[in-house]
Amino acid sequence: MAFLHGATRTHSGPRSGIKSRSITPYLLLAPGMIWLVTFFIIPIFSLASTSTMVRPEGAQIGTYVQELRFQNYVDAFVANQEQYVRSFIYAGIATLLALAIAFPLAYTIAFKAGKYRNVLLVLVVAPFFTSFLLRTVAWTQILGDEGPILSTLKLLPFIDDSLRLTATPFAVVSGLTYNFLPFMTLPLYASLERIDPRTLEAAGDLYANGFTTFRKVTVPLAMPGVVAGTLLTFIPAAGDYVNAALLGNPSTKMIGNVIESRFFAVVDYPTAAALSFTLMATILILVTLYIRKSGTDELV
Amino acid sequence: MKKDMQSLSPEARAIIKAQITRRSLLVGAGAIAGATTLAACGTGSETSSEGVVDVSDSEKIVRWANWPLYLDFNEDSKEYPTLKAFEDATGIKATYTEDIDDNNTFYGKVQGQLSIGSDIGYDIVTPTDWMASRFIEQGYAQKLNADNIPNKTKIRSVLANVGFDPGREYSLTWQSGFAGFGWNTQKLPKGVRSMEDLFAPANKGRIMVLSEFRDTIGVIMQYQGVDPSGDFTEDQFMNAIDFLKGKIADGFIRQVKGNSYSESLVNGDAVAVIGWSGDMFILRSENDGKFDFAIPESGGTLWSDNMLVPSTSTHKKNAELLMNHYYEPKVAAEVAAYVNYICPVEEAQPELEKIDPDLAASPFIFPDEATLNKVKVFRSLTSDETTKYQAAFDEAVGN
Repeated sequence: MAFLHGATRTHSGPRSGIKSRSITPYLLLAPGMIWLVTFFIIPIFSLASTSTMVRPEGAQIGTYVQELRFQNYVDAFVANQEQYVRSFIYAGIATLLALAIAFPLAYTIAFKAGKYRNVLLVLVVAPFFTSFLLRTVAWTQILGDEGPILSTLKLLPFIDDSLRLTATPFAVVSGLTYNFLPFMTLPLYASLERIDPRTLEAAGDLYANGFTTFRKVTVPLAMPGVVAGTLLTFIPAAGDYVNAALLGNPSTKMIGNVIESRFFAVVDYPTAAALSFTLMATILILVTLYIRKSGTDELV
Repeated sequence: MKKDMQSLSPEARAIIKAQITRRSLLVGAGAIAGATTLAACGTGSETSSEGVVDVSDSEKIVRWANWPLYLDFNEDSKEYPTLKAFEDATGIKATYTEDIDDNNTFYGKVQGQLSIGSDIGYDIVTPTDWMASRFIEQGYAQKLNADNIPNKTKIRSVLANVGFDPGREYSLTWQSGFAGFGWNTQKLPKGVRSMEDLFAPANKGRIMVLSEFRDTIGVIMQYQGVDPSGDFTEDQFMNAIDFLKGKIADGFIRQVKGNSYSESLVNGDAVAVIGWSGDMFILRSENDGKFDFAIPESGGTLWSDNMLVPSTSTHKKNAELLMNHYYEPKVAAEVAAYVNYICPVEEAQPELEKIDPDLAASPFIFPDEATLNKVKVFRSLTSDETTKYQAAFDEAVGN
């Protein structure tokens, strides 16, 4: 029905146009809103409520009562600030690395690939054909002490035999970069591809050299893609726990690992909830500041 | 599966095993997202065991959740032979799933439903001692009717009376195993028998320990002269935690893992581990004797996985008949020949001798007094202790 109204709008008088406009947006929004309320809004309240609960002394495991103890947030943060800060550092480095790798890649696909453009795009998305977890497990094999990379590196005379790749910060950041690379590449490509080649020619006509053209024309026009790509990489990377669990060691754990451990192993729901809430709030603040700063309001 | 996997390359096997591990991670990912709703269900839990009606006689089914690679499987017919025999004999349709690969994760998954009394989809679950203890304590297990399990008396005498379930009123042992030292025999031909052997300078950065704290800390405590089955104090427990923290900080311990330490042994990232006996024997048979297992000189731990009927099950009688079936010595022997863990039925030994005399002689399947004297069962902890100790351990390993 909604579609019919919308379709007939232009042909009928202004009255029916106003009427259909009043219903159609709500109908279109309904599936998304119902989904959001059920799986986000309601859980968010439940999460907030759990985060201030307290376990009575001697109570059964997993039993908590509401005492509005906001100190839970302070305790949770103080006890885990190391992993908390580490998560943002790792996610930040992974985002920068992904940007450094994805920009030339997207640029090449958009401007230089010619008839191979679609093939290259499929290749960018190809990793998604296998499970995120299996890909990360594969990395433990690739980076392993007797895996192909280390075995090759150790042939070099200046590589020490005790060099390790798995269970290091390097492995965790590499895993994060790799796993979220397509999320950086695709929005960048979408932005770059839309750039009108004539703007680049115009820059040349105005005596800008290649670098200046890139800096003054290509990059500014690609900014929406950069912002979208960095957000799509940074946000999931900050909350990720799979890479740190499989590729890291005890001193590279991220906040996602702590939340998982509090929830499943310790059965300390309030701490897990408080940490999740803090993580969510921090990301929200960072993202808001970032979008304001980068001035691409159309993204908000 | 085990036999079939022997023909694969180590890499391929690692991937297959990893897929098993993957499940727990997926569950974890989903649960973090849904942590909120679950937590809401879990809080202020009201234990429910009343109100379930046993419909075993009209609904001839039984649904069993167990750990991976924990029941004899015929790769050719894609059947579990002993389970098939049970179905044929009783007419009860058995659904067997390898849905447990971590006690905590499994508990996290079913606890919400158990607390509101809605069916969790299993009539038998198979948690480890301490988790079985939690199920019983919280009222999430049903009392068994001994009349339906005449073979119950065949249980190994050391298992007949356990702290968390005196007289085995709620539970029956599925299999037991040891935690001790596992090592790569090519890299360490002298073997690993003491904590000094494990933390030898040459092994630095290639040692892994179990993420199951009762096993890792249980082994360390015994090295420090503390009996984990006795009334140890919080200080004694924390001493062992400090020892672990020290070995992590010094770079001796590379990672703290669940079952996946076996992949690390295979791919060379680990040369020595605190691991589980059955895993190590499976690895040994898959890799032509490249790995071995020993109980530490200072002592190892003994744990068991236990069959329980969850409080929400409406097929308790069928579940009891299934338990009885697996306590037939002949059936128990068939399972032992496949899983290589400690058989809970002592009378199965002569039956296993007919299948595989070498296995029947193994002290790791039918342990003798001398072997049992070298291991301890980690004592039951109060809920306050569990919360505090698990948190201390998780903090020590970086979480």
